[in-house]
Amino acid sequence: MNSLATLLHERSVIVCVGAGGVGKTTTAAALALEAANRGRRVCVVTIDPARRLSDAMGLGAEASLGNEPQRVDVKVNGELWAVMLDTSTTFDALIRKYALNADQANSILTNDFYRNIADSMSGAHEYMAMEKLYELNNDNRFDLVIVDTPPTSNAIDFLEAPDRITRFLDHRLYKVLVTPSGAFARVVNFAAQGFLRTVARIVSASVVDDAIEFFATFDGMEEGFRGRAVAVHNLLIADSTAFVLVTVPRNDTIEDATVFVEKLAQADINVDALVVNRVHPRFGTEEVRGLGEGPLAPFVTVLHESQQVAAGEQNVLEALTRALTNGVVVNVPFLDTDVHNLDELGRLALWLTPT
Amino acid sequence: MDPARLFAASRVLIVAGKGGVGKSTMSAALARTAARAGISTLLIRLTPGGPISRLFAQPDLTTLEQTLHAGGGPGGDADIRGRLVTPDEALTEYLADHGLARITRRLASTGAIDVVTTAAPGIRDLLVLGRVKAMEASRAADLIVLDAPAAGHAVSFLQSPTGLRGAVGAGPIATQADDVLAMLADPDRCRVMLVTLAEETPVNEVIETAFALEDEIGIALGPVIVNGLVDVPEGLDGDLDALLAENAPKLSANDAAALRDAAAFRLRWAGRQREQVARLSESLPLAQLTTPQLFTSAPGPQELEILADSLTIGINNLTEDDA
Repeated sequence: MNSLATLLHERSVIVCVGAGGVGKTTTAAALALEAANRGRRVCVVTIDPARRLSDAMGLGAEASLGNEPQRVDVKVNGELWAVMLDTSTTFDALIRKYALNADQANSILTNDFYRNIADSMSGAHEYMAMEKLYELNNDNRFDLVIVDTPPTSNAIDFLEAPDRITRFLDHRLYKVLVTPSGAFARVVNFAAQGFLRTVARIVSASVVDDAIEFFATFDGMEEGFRGRAVAVHNLLIADSTAFVLVTVPRNDTIEDATVFVEKLAQADINVDALVVNRVHPRFGTEEVRGLGEGPLAPFVTVLHESQQVAAGEQNVLEALTRALTNGVVVNVPFLDTDVHNLDELGRLALWLTPT
Repeated sequence: MDPARLFAASRVLIVAGKGGVGKSTMSAALARTAARAGISTLLIRLTPGGPISRLFAQPDLTTLEQTLHAGGGPGGDADIRGRLVTPDEALTEYLADHGLARITRRLASTGAIDVVTTAAPGIRDLLVLGRVKAMEASRAADLIVLDAPAAGHAVSFLQSPTGLRGAVGAGPIATQADDVLAMLADPDRCRVMLVTLAEETPVNEVIETAFALEDEIGIALGPVIVNGLVDVPEGLDGDLDALLAENAPKLSANDAAALRDAAAFRLRWAGRQREQVARLSESLPLAQLTTPQLFTSAPGPQELEILADSLTIGINNLTEDDA
């Protein structure tokens, strides 16, 4: 069985996954700090850190503009770097990389339809988080990349989004729309005209023009995008990549997490570790009886409520723990304060990797 | 103020908050509180799953309306019904309403719907809001409670008509956007209630969301709900050692330690919550309603009643100015 510490030593990629509001970003940052303390050169990709955490890591508004890793000013045995993901800048870089020439890149980057894809298409965020991960994994400055994933309604969007968006960019329908040559194409194109009129009725003609122009300009780049999506996928399923599922011991969150484990398993991915944040502490092992009345009653009530919560949490966690075939489970207690600085992040790391 | 008055103040109540603060649970509790006051309620959720079905001990919500709680009874409750409204369903329905039912299937199978939604981002959100608006217009219930997307998304969700209005010029989508905007801007038709926990990050986020909603969308805000407050039973700050010596001299050291640790933890927890509630009051000039921490991981109908009890008490204590 792996401990989180082993993963931090041995793997080159750690992906933190889970629902929103469970402390995923903070957990990713604490793991990164701990790995850096253990001598590795680590880069953590954060998505939307709370402001004081991002300030503590040197990711204040100005520093993050470049979408490039920043060295965190902290004394560790290895190195700690952090980058705040900027979805549209990352997407733009990918367009520049695979464009056949600068003109093609510029036409795409200034196209309104493309801007919609890069800024707000569903899955674009997940896609770019994985793209950034791939890029940093190939960067010689780092031995370990830890990535936080966007809070998402569809649990494995980050796995499917690269392929889905690549297919969207390379859809046969648009080939037909934009290459009106040959007898077959003309027939289909006639049908396509009806389709275009429909879309124009729903949105507007200028929006449709932008879309057509985009697909026409994109022509020739799909090969590069497809190859890259395959490479990203291969990295995610590689043995050197670990998945850490972050959750809290609440019924509906646990149910989501259990579905998540199953879906990952279908994609041949094992969850290597489960981090349960905000676990209620356990006081005593048994109910204190016979003191229900009198001046000790409030103490007994409060202890009873605590034990009730702890037992309930234990119950809902059991189903999830069963679903994990080979993963380590780490409980992090409900901490007194939120994490605002590197010292507090270090304290959290001690819970994650107890000695 | 009488809960019936609060819930009659607008016909749509949008419940928003950061993930994990109990937004869906509060949507259910608000519906329950309104129904107790005789206001029939339609509870709308946008994604499958979540705690609502368990709170009412009913099957999961689907796009077919179902009864979550039948009215009547000694208190004269009104009905609570519930359903899902999904973006895909809203889009299909919209196309059908505009004489495009015939090609809907082809649009979907060719992936053309993806082109439409990419060409006009926010169109799904707008169409969902459009469906809610249509239900409001047809008086589907006295009150519609909408369990909105998580906080950051709630702002972009409610901004979708403004964003699209600029992009699409004239046409049916523009009309739809105008109609939804009119609803969002009218406090007699629509209000937002924000939900938070008494913890630092959720409090920060609820403050940001509140200002974003008021400044960028101009939507009216109702009281903010602070969920999960723990109480400190009277006497918990007493001298435990003295009390034990006097009342239970034979209690084991382990049990005594458990009592002491649990009490200390509770006092610290409550103290931290008080600080955050105070900070929220200073930063956000909205009335607050509070709901208690439930000491269970799987809340059901019994817990729903407890939440509705505290909302009812809180609303009764509000003044006319608060709401």
